[in-house]
Amino acid sequence: MNTLMDVLRNRPGWVEVKDEGEWDFYWCDVSWLRENFDHTYMDDHVRISHFRNHYELTHKNYMVKNLKRFRRQLEREAGKLEAAKCDFFPKTFEMPCEYHLFVEEFRKHPGITWIMKPVARSQGKGIFLFRRLKDIMDWRKDTRSSDDQKDELPVENYVAQRYIENPYLIGGRKFDLRVYVLVTSYLPLRAWLYRDGFTRFSNTRFTLSSIDDQYVHLTNVAVQKTSPDYHPKKGCKWMLQRFRQYLASKHGPQVVEALFSDMDNIFIKSLQSVQKVIISDKHCFELYGYDILIDQDLKPWLLEVNASPSLTASSPEDYELKTCLLEDTLHVVDMEARLTGKEKRVGGFDLMWNDGPVSREEGAPDLPGMGNFVTNTHLGCVNDRKNQLQQLFHSLQTQKKASS
Amino acid sequence: MLQEESDLSLMIAQIVQKLKGSNLYAQLERQAWASLQKPEIRLESLKEDIKEFFKISGWEKKLQNAVYSELNVYPLPSHPAAPPEHLKEPLVYMRKAQGSWEKRILKSLNSMCTELSIPLARKRPVGQQKELLNKWNEMGTDEPDLSLFRPVYAPKDFLEVLINLRNPNYENGDSLSFRTHLGLIQVPLKVKDIPDLKECFIELGLNTGQLGIDDSTQVPPELFENEHVRIGQKVLAEQDSAAAQQYIRQGSPTALRAELWALILNISSQPEDILYYEQLKANVIQHDLLVDSLIYKDVKLTASNDDYYFVFEDYLYQVLLCFSRDTSVLGHFAYNSASPPKSYIRGKLGLEEYAVFYPPNGVIPFHGFSMYVAPLCFLYHEPYKLYQTFREMYVRFFFRLHSISSHPSGIVSLCLLFETLLQTYLPQLFYHLREIGAQPLRISFKWMVRAFSGYLATDQLLLLWDRILGYNSLEILAVLAAAVFAFRAVNLMEVTSLAAAEVRINFTRMGWK
Repeated sequence: MNTLMDVLRNRPGWVEVKDEGEWDFYWCDVSWLRENFDHTYMDDHVRISHFRNHYELTHKNYMVKNLKRFRRQLEREAGKLEAAKCDFFPKTFEMPCEYHLFVEEFRKHPGITWIMKPVARSQGKGIFLFRRLKDIMDWRKDTRSSDDQKDELPVENYVAQRYIENPYLIGGRKFDLRVYVLVTSYLPLRAWLYRDGFTRFSNTRFTLSSIDDQYVHLTNVAVQKTSPDYHPKKGCKWMLQRFRQYLASKHGPQVVEALFSDMDNIFIKSLQSVQKVIISDKHCFELYGYDILIDQDLKPWLLEVNASPSLTASSPEDYELKTCLLEDTLHVVDMEARLTGKEKRVGGFDLMWNDGPVSREEGAPDLPGMGNFVTNTHLGCVNDRKNQLQQLFHSLQTQKKASS
Repeated sequence: MLQEESDLSLMIAQIVQKLKGSNLYAQLERQAWASLQKPEIRLESLKEDIKEFFKISGWEKKLQNAVYSELNVYPLPSHPAAPPEHLKEPLVYMRKAQGSWEKRILKSLNSMCTELSIPLARKRPVGQQKELLNKWNEMGTDEPDLSLFRPVYAPKDFLEVLINLRNPNYENGDSLSFRTHLGLIQVPLKVKDIPDLKECFIELGLNTGQLGIDDSTQVPPELFENEHVRIGQKVLAEQDSAAAQQYIRQGSPTALRAELWALILNISSQPEDILYYEQLKANVIQHDLLVDSLIYKDVKLTASNDDYYFVFEDYLYQVLLCFSRDTSVLGHFAYNSASPPKSYIRGKLGLEEYAVFYPPNGVIPFHGFSMYVAPLCFLYHEPYKLYQTFREMYVRFFFRLHSISSHPSGIVSLCLLFETLLQTYLPQLFYHLREIGAQPLRISFKWMVRAFSGYLATDQLLLLWDRILGYNSLEILAVLAAAVFAFRAVNLMEVTSLAAAEVRINFTRMGWK
């Protein structure tokens, strides 16, 4: 079920390059990037699927730092109200350097649950929950071998984050949302939001009493797959359309609009916070997988941003989603140079930010604050990408013929 | 004229009789007594004043809704000399067929019982009761060993019975003519043809706006959607059942659906209803029934494996286990051709004083039964609300899908309607499929028995069920099934086997692509 290979191999006019041949497009690993990017020469037209220092957004400790800094800046420039729009990530402290700040916060709110997450690992590995300082004291001791010096830092960085104890539950189960955001440049910031995504359910019923049961609390599919309850036929995902419908029938469309608009805010603010830090190389683009958690008050929280969201398909439906996602990504990256650059929608992607907000209305000026401004996002809405692509490419062809 | 009048007064008498025993009657009485305190009520014009009071306070509307509900559910009274069986099913051969089918089911259930040495019912020991109560909200986490249980029957077994139905008074003759019905159902029931259907389902015509079509992204909402939503809100504000039923023929907006259905089904969640549900829950805790295992097995096999409904597994147990203990469901057997199976207290076989209905609600679940409940989980989240809605849907509609009767919404008529539509309007396709041994009904039967639950994406399914409620009929299921075949007609002409036909018809849950 390798979606990436299938999509690339099936793309008309594209040829796979083996070994040391010259390439125009590379969907690379972050590890390759780290080792080779700096000394690889790329022609203007070449495209690569990561930004050099993506970790500013996708490693939890850097992201938190950048967000905090951005928030302070917003408060200075635009006031407390505007800065409060950045309050979508739970209180987080980098370990071990912010350990003392963490302890201060910990003591202010006794009895709440915290979650410890490794900065750079994925798929739910290395994560655990705790309520007592004693738990991390033990962990601190464990992570140092007997040979280490006392003040040597542990090999891996962690963050301690306030655990969201009142997640929204469906059928008694906790879930999170996986949303795809494509960034084609940071300076200026151009970001696209994919209409499809999915809701990942935990296989077991949510209860705070079993913190040790990581299967309850972690909704990553990878963790769920190892849960004794897991039956592969069940899958444990809903498409976002299903989720949006469910919420609409329960809370009404206005509430759902507000929730999704809050999520738009998360995507944009998080990207803005790293805009000046990320090396905006014109060769780079990146497809991010955002993990969002909704709490019982229907407030969305940002859990993390993934630079390499999983592209393996767990079911036929999943395969369909991911292949379409990748196809549309390649359409937006536009190696074939078909697009004019003025498109607001390509397949399942809607242009969410173009050096400024993008309005849904055709031809309307993109000015927020005007009464009728609605952002050009359609997360969880109908994705009639086939039709749209047909019409788009047809009209592009006609335009080209007319101008030649 | 006289006949109509006497029919009407008979009907009125029946409805009054029914409503007298209901909660609404008690409430109206209380309200009437309380109103005597009001200054507007004068002794000289007591009757008119109280009527006026009812009108203003909305109680008249509630009464209207209740009457409307009765009219919808109960068949019109027939000849005063007709015995009660005729209300269940007027045709003798159908009654007989249903009777023998029931005998078979019961035999199957009893033999499973004996084989596994499990009693049909037993009282739970106190320890187990406590455990179950603790786990009530997450019964899905239980993984009891259900390997020895089998569903009592599956839709395809039922289809075989229907195929063999014959009217002994009807002689078809051996010669084939243009009238010969080529399908599997060989009973001469009257079904509607397209002109009749067009008239009946007039609101589904091309000139009328529909939700699900005319609210798609390409259509500006000012053309239909906005106004339709506004009317829906008005209907809800008026709390008028009849208006809601008319309104919903064009589909219900997602946000209004839960309330609209409750209004049409005349469900209001009074404290008595919540209490009743809690009592049923207590019954479940105290006694363990064999059918419970059948329910568990069914949920695990169907809903839990479903991509969309697996999330609601726990709710399904909470509804279905209580449903099987609900003796108020027995009421619907007055107009259902089926009869509740009887069982006898141990050692008292045949003695009527020791007969009980088994299960208490008289409904034995079959493979796929839980799928009737699953879509409702999208609308209702309090268990008692979910329960009431399901129960009402069952005693109004779903029971017809698995009992043998001549009713126009009964499964036999639906099958015949489906086959007739196909044979009349797609004769080439029908003939071709028949020739390759792929009788269309063999493919579509399971869709209709389940009212398409599990075969359509939930949003589409709910739009379909909107119309079932709106027209108070299940005929639309047969029409949809035929439409699916019409849609795939070109593809289906190429297949050469039943298996290939199933694949080609490509009725996947991803909706239409």
